[in-house]
Amino acid sequence: MNEPAPSLINALSEAELAAIDAEIAHMPQRSGAAIDALKIVQEHRGWVSDASLAAIADHLHMSAAELDGIATFYNLIFRRPVGRKVILLCNSVSCWMLGSDCLTQQIRDRLQIDFGETSKDGEYTLLPVTCLGACDKAPVMLVGDDLHESVTEDRVRELFDQPGAPNG
Amino acid sequence: MDRPLTRNIHADRRPIDLRGYRDNGGYEGLRVGLGLSPADCLQRIKDSNLRGRGGAGFPTGLKWSFVPMGEDCSPGHKYLICNADEMEPGTFKDRLLLECDPHQLIEGMILAAYTIGADVAYIFIRSEYHIAAQRLREGIVDCEREGLLGDNIQGSGYSLHMHVHASAGRYICGEETALISSLEGKRANPRAKPPFPQVSGLWGRPTIVNNVETLSNIAHIIERGPQWFNDLGLTEDAGTKMYGVSGRVKNPGCWELPMGTPIRTVLEEYAGGMADGYELRGFLPGGGSTDFLTADHLDLAMDYDTIGKAGSRLGTGTLIVLDDATCPVGFVKNLMDFFAQESCGFCTPCRDGLPWSAQVLDDIENGQGKPEDLDTLERQVEFIGAIGNTHCALAPGAMEPLQSALKYFRADFEAHINQGCCPWKARQ
Ligand SMILES: Cc1cc2nc3c(=O)[nH]c(=O)nc-3n(C[C@H](O)[C@H](O)[C@H](O)COP(=O)(O)O)c2cc1C
Ligand code: SF4
Ligand code: FES
Repeated sequence: MNEPAPSLINALSEAELAAIDAEIAHMPQRSGAAIDALKIVQEHRGWVSDASLAAIADHLHMSAAELDGIATFYNLIFRRPVGRKVILLCNSVSCWMLGSDCLTQQIRDRLQIDFGETSKDGEYTLLPVTCLGACDKAPVMLVGDDLHESVTEDRVRELFDQPGAPNG
Repeated sequence: MDRPLTRNIHADRRPIDLRGYRDNGGYEGLRVGLGLSPADCLQRIKDSNLRGRGGAGFPTGLKWSFVPMGEDCSPGHKYLICNADEMEPGTFKDRLLLECDPHQLIEGMILAAYTIGADVAYIFIRSEYHIAAQRLREGIVDCEREGLLGDNIQGSGYSLHMHVHASAGRYICGEETALISSLEGKRANPRAKPPFPQVSGLWGRPTIVNNVETLSNIAHIIERGPQWFNDLGLTEDAGTKMYGVSGRVKNPGCWELPMGTPIRTVLEEYAGGMADGYELRGFLPGGGSTDFLTADHLDLAMDYDTIGKAGSRLGTGTLIVLDDATCPVGFVKNLMDFFAQESCGFCTPCRDGLPWSAQVLDDIENGQGKPEDLDTLERQVEFIGAIGNTHCALAPGAMEPLQSALKYFRADFEAHINQGCCPWKARQ
């Protein structure tokens, strides 16, 4: 029960190593799998801690600094802990026209978080995202893996007003 | 009306699997193509006049013809990459093709790879399209099982291995040389051209990058011939096109129509016209990095040359409609914030210029603008918008909506400055 959280463990798990090695197998050099490896570890651990980063860099035969330069370039590699579900709210132009700002405000109020923050119960992290390719159904957002289209205030209430949720 | 790209796509958007695809005539193009030489396939694509659907409209056959073939090519891999990064604001056409008919894309990719002699193919797909990625992965496995992918495809002696690579975000990954950097596991900075990817791309090897919609056309052209494809278009440009409309229209959506369909037909017939109570002010014809057009342009044909002559670009063919209840300055500012955020940071005019433009727009929008701000914006358009001043086309693209907004909606910019506030916000 006292095991450290997986994100703080140095060593990569067997499952992680197997998945990373499968990517390395079709690359001319190990560092080619950098982004895949970051994503694989994030899949297992939720985010990429310094310890995780160092372990991946070691396995790819590159420096942690170089790998961090890559990790921080991409907005969907999380170098800080995130909630169990990440809300990716589209703030591109078609969704903006159809009210993504109001939606943002409503979610902020309900979950008591701003962009880049995680709700106190650790359930949700709110992030803006560029056009989700569903502009005909604006405004849209991804909650975890689920795409919500033509989102209304009522829908937001339904989604986030579970018992225990702030303001719920 | 012949709609080859969407013949398997239903209103409920249910996907079609390998069996269904084959039952509906799928992989017939592959059978035909593998019976031809790569040179004959290339000729068909050239004669079809297919132009790239990723935004630039470059002739696909011509692009492929730069790939070194046979003895002209040093030994090693050649790569075909499908660009499924679709992140251009207001663009939602590739998602439909990817999610609903993955085999149409896979078949087109096998034929494209066969034509250029590639032995490895990647589908570079944005991370958020996880349903599409899953269906593509399943499609690839099904094809491998039936000998449509892998070694010695259908006994032809030709081998191809296909992989799905899910990206990790950032709009710049859609730029083809940045995409190649990203596939190599690096930061997605664009590369200088030449050398062009056709000669030296992924891992320094000959590489073709094509858009989802472009590649989805290939099997149909190989099977039914270039003349058939040319005849589909209403104007000089060939084929059909995935057109879309978003914004305050009655029926926003995405439709496959003949290339060269008039804007009015797309906007009024298919999108149902403006939503009740709203009027058309203007529209971007092909995604967030194209110049505004207005009601005066409604009778133009939606093809590359016609839209180009009108001072904009067909781009991705997905219209974003600006209505009279939306502030044009706010609209352009939203786009500029996006481009400034998505700059990869490699070159100064883009990294520092775009946030500057965004700041000036923000001042105007918030009633802090000064008359000379419009001159500042004009100068930025001139400098940042000039092809060649920046390392890639992101920054010039960012200037397109701004430059045309300054032309068509200048009075609205001036009203913000004169009244010291946003007239739209004041009205609320
Ligand atoms: C900033 C930027 C983003 C781009 N994003 C995409 C994209 O998401 N999908 C795409 O197909 N092309 C995109 N392109 C165009 C590609 O660079 C390239 O021209 C295209 O993939 C070539 O395919 P095609 O010849 O089939 O059109 C982008 C270009 C730029 C400058
Ligand atoms: S124009 Fe912008 S995105 Fe393109 S290379 Fe320069 S900084 Fe990067
Ligand atoms: S603008 Fe939000 S999905 Fe395209």
